[in-house]
Amino acid sequence: MKQAYKKIPMPVRYAINTLLFAAFLIIGVSLIQSGAISKYFTKVLMLIGINIILAVSLNIATGYLGQLPLGHAGFMAVGAYTAAIFMTRSGLDPSVSFPIGLVLGALSAGIFGILIGIPALRLKGDYLAIITLGFGEIIRVVLLNIDSVLGFKLTYGAASLKSIPKETTFLNTFLCVGIACLLIHTMMKSRHGRAVLSIRENEIAAESCGINITYYKVLGFTASAVFAGLAGALYAGYLGILNPSSFGFMKSIEILVMVVLGGMGSMVGSVLSATVLTAIPELLRAFSEYRMIVYSLLLITVMIFKPSGLMGQYDFSLSRILEKVFNRKPTRDTTNHKAGDKNG
Amino acid sequence: MDKLVPLPSLGFIPERDLGSTPILDIHHLGVEFGGLHAVDDFNLIIGRTEIAGLIGPNGAGKTTVFNLLTNVYTPTRGVVLLDGVDIRGKSTAQLNRMGIARTFQNIRLFKDLSVEDNVRIGLHNAFEYSLGSALFRLPSYWKNERLAHDTALGLLSIFDMQSLADKPAGSLPYGAQRRLEIVRALATKPKLLLLDEPAAGMNPSETGELMENIRRIRDTFEIAILLIEHDMNLVMGICEGIAVLNYGRIIAKGTQEQIKSNPVVIEAYLGRRGEAKA
Amino acid sequence: MSVYTTILRQIINGLQSGSIYALVALGYSMVYGIITLLNFAHGDIIMIGAYIAWLSMAKLSMHPAFAILSAILGCTLLGMLIEKAAYKPLRGSPRISLLITAIGVSFLLENLSQMVFGAKAQVIPSFSNIPSIFLGTIELSGTAVITLIAAAVSMLLLTFLVQKTKMGKAMRAVSEDTDAAQLMGININRTISFTFAIGSALAGIGAVLYCSAYPQATPTMGSMLGLKAFVAAVLGGIGSIPGAMIGGFAIGLAESLVSAIGLSVWRDGVVFAILIIVLLVKPTGILGRPMREKV
Repeated sequence: MKQAYKKIPMPVRYAINTLLFAAFLIIGVSLIQSGAISKYFTKVLMLIGINIILAVSLNIATGYLGQLPLGHAGFMAVGAYTAAIFMTRSGLDPSVSFPIGLVLGALSAGIFGILIGIPALRLKGDYLAIITLGFGEIIRVVLLNIDSVLGFKLTYGAASLKSIPKETTFLNTFLCVGIACLLIHTMMKSRHGRAVLSIRENEIAAESCGINITYYKVLGFTASAVFAGLAGALYAGYLGILNPSSFGFMKSIEILVMVVLGGMGSMVGSVLSATVLTAIPELLRAFSEYRMIVYSLLLITVMIFKPSGLMGQYDFSLSRILEKVFNRKPTRDTTNHKAGDKNG
Repeated sequence: MDKLVPLPSLGFIPERDLGSTPILDIHHLGVEFGGLHAVDDFNLIIGRTEIAGLIGPNGAGKTTVFNLLTNVYTPTRGVVLLDGVDIRGKSTAQLNRMGIARTFQNIRLFKDLSVEDNVRIGLHNAFEYSLGSALFRLPSYWKNERLAHDTALGLLSIFDMQSLADKPAGSLPYGAQRRLEIVRALATKPKLLLLDEPAAGMNPSETGELMENIRRIRDTFEIAILLIEHDMNLVMGICEGIAVLNYGRIIAKGTQEQIKSNPVVIEAYLGRRGEAKA
Repeated sequence: MSVYTTILRQIINGLQSGSIYALVALGYSMVYGIITLLNFAHGDIIMIGAYIAWLSMAKLSMHPAFAILSAILGCTLLGMLIEKAAYKPLRGSPRISLLITAIGVSFLLENLSQMVFGAKAQVIPSFSNIPSIFLGTIELSGTAVITLIAAAVSMLLLTFLVQKTKMGKAMRAVSEDTDAAQLMGININRTISFTFAIGSALAGIGAVLYCSAYPQATPTMGSMLGLKAFVAAVLGGIGSIPGAMIGGFAIGLAESLVSAIGLSVWRDGVVFAILIIVLLVKPTGILGRPMREKV
């Protein structure tokens, strides 16, 4: 029965996951350096990593908090422009200014998350969706026009912010992916994460359990913005050139498709669908023309036929699979694996 | 109208509570929705370890009273003292931290979360650690999580539900969901527990068990319990003081005997449920 | 030109675009009122209407009157089709699923028309040549006059339909309480379908009026227009028909005043700022009713 079910102690689980992740990074880097993975394919991998961070970050607000913000690209833009402006202006060596830019990008997006979250999260459902859409569009309009208003060169508006050092690599992208997933995991598997989930499940019940729902809504929303900003900063170092038009409503929806397809509330689902949806159009050039049509059909069919997405709220855990192997005998474990139950 | 003169707001207070401040002291509580007095001039006191019942026909405003006490709806008038402290302007969450916990008529569990997580959310404020300790898994995280786990299982054992800890709350049978809601409310360490139709949908033997458990909860945790219930066997079986609500107003209050023999009550309420009384 | 005439001219511009917003906002409002769905695809129905007008006039060389009729009819059928195919299967699902579906439909329409018609703008031949009217020194363009009249007539007809007919009564009943309406023998499916048809027909009229002011069709023309009309619906109070009209005129006027003082690049920003302020100060809008969750 339950008592006989051996559990792997937590520190061991973390160690296993860390080792596996380190192995993945080492193999990846050595394959790239040996030339086994082409330059082009490396770029695709970096883009996959950036999109994974975007998807898992939106998943906090959509899957865990149960809200539907439509301005996620706005936070990404804030992170991207902050990092890019810092890197081009600080005069520091790119190898120094890039990590600082990443942190600054994440922080400034987080500040925007708080500023927008406090008023926006007073609203619910469709109203929250539309107000975040409004904020996202305002961010874009401001980035586009602020130079002409203030009269100096900051974002270069529609002319694009150019010559950003291209510092994003496979290694630093996937380190960021690892850090983002780990921090989201540790947040969700704690009293803070449970408070966030309780708001998704039933706001009134959460309040009557003594949970300060405003605080936790803003916390979830801000966490979501922070990682979007991080992804934006990586994106700036990946492209080397930024234009406000890449952070419109379209981009927000692209990220939403990844989260919805993977299953709202499943981090593994977000990771998988971000990977697949980034890789397919890049690798099958013929497909990329129909990409947006396929995306929109996916949104509709997933909602009609499998609203829980491909993974539901299931979260994969390698150590849980190991546990099952150790406990092979039987106890049919019917436990439903739930949101935020993931390891590393 | 809204004078702050102490009025005969007395309910029934059991002898053992007579010497101490009442846990709940309500004066002239009222709320209007678009001109309609959903609750009007509601006066009641409840002793520190009293089990009190609030009864009345459907639509009398019983659940509205709970919603006013937990500030889900904001009262338009009246004063409520919880353990001697005015609760005006406190949010639902603050009121819970001050000692009021409740269950809901239409069960509001965190359905997709496990039974244990439901209770742990109730323990949110009991075992605190910072976001930083959670993110970086510092010792205070491990310590408090272990304590929360043990406490949650302990609380579940009140209703013998430990073995269900890993099940999603939404998959439990109806009666078990009601019991889980009570456990979750207890986890917030209330001084006053509000139960909204705890026996709804239960069969007589389950109801009998529930009565035992409510009494045991009162005795173990030494708290006051105010319950709304239609099942007269349960109300007459465990409630020490009873208030009868009709059209948003209290029409009678007192002990079981006083209520049973009150002609106004019989006419307004029990009269239509002759068999329940017999 | 004097300041006075400039201001008046901008006000007329504002009223013209405002009446288009109002027509589109009515569609949002009616659909929201009946199934509490923010129909993201509504703006794209206008875009399809514009393409139908372009196809029938530039490609099939139809008479403008037939082009107008086919645009309106096409929008109506499209609206009903979307409801049947995408929203009906989701009745009873969480609202977030419905909203995501609506976003999907919107994107599908935009990208399909981009694939079929190309991203380039298609120029729509003008429907008719109505001479301008002069009020003293102020020139009122023919299209502005027609737009104002057409919008006013549509709104009057709609008000009559909702207030005085049996179908209108059914619509009001369903939006008040769907289950109760069903128990009273109202055919829910037909009522919802009818609401979509009316809302989309209004969008079709809006499309024609919009194209007579800005005679071109692009795949993305509907999204910003739709969003602004939605802002108008929220401003007026979603679910309220007179509210949608007030909101539409307010947004149209605000836009043209912002342009008048030389800040036209901020026009979209101002509309969204209005939205944010309204949602924060009075989320129910000017004429909306408050809603309370039952506990």
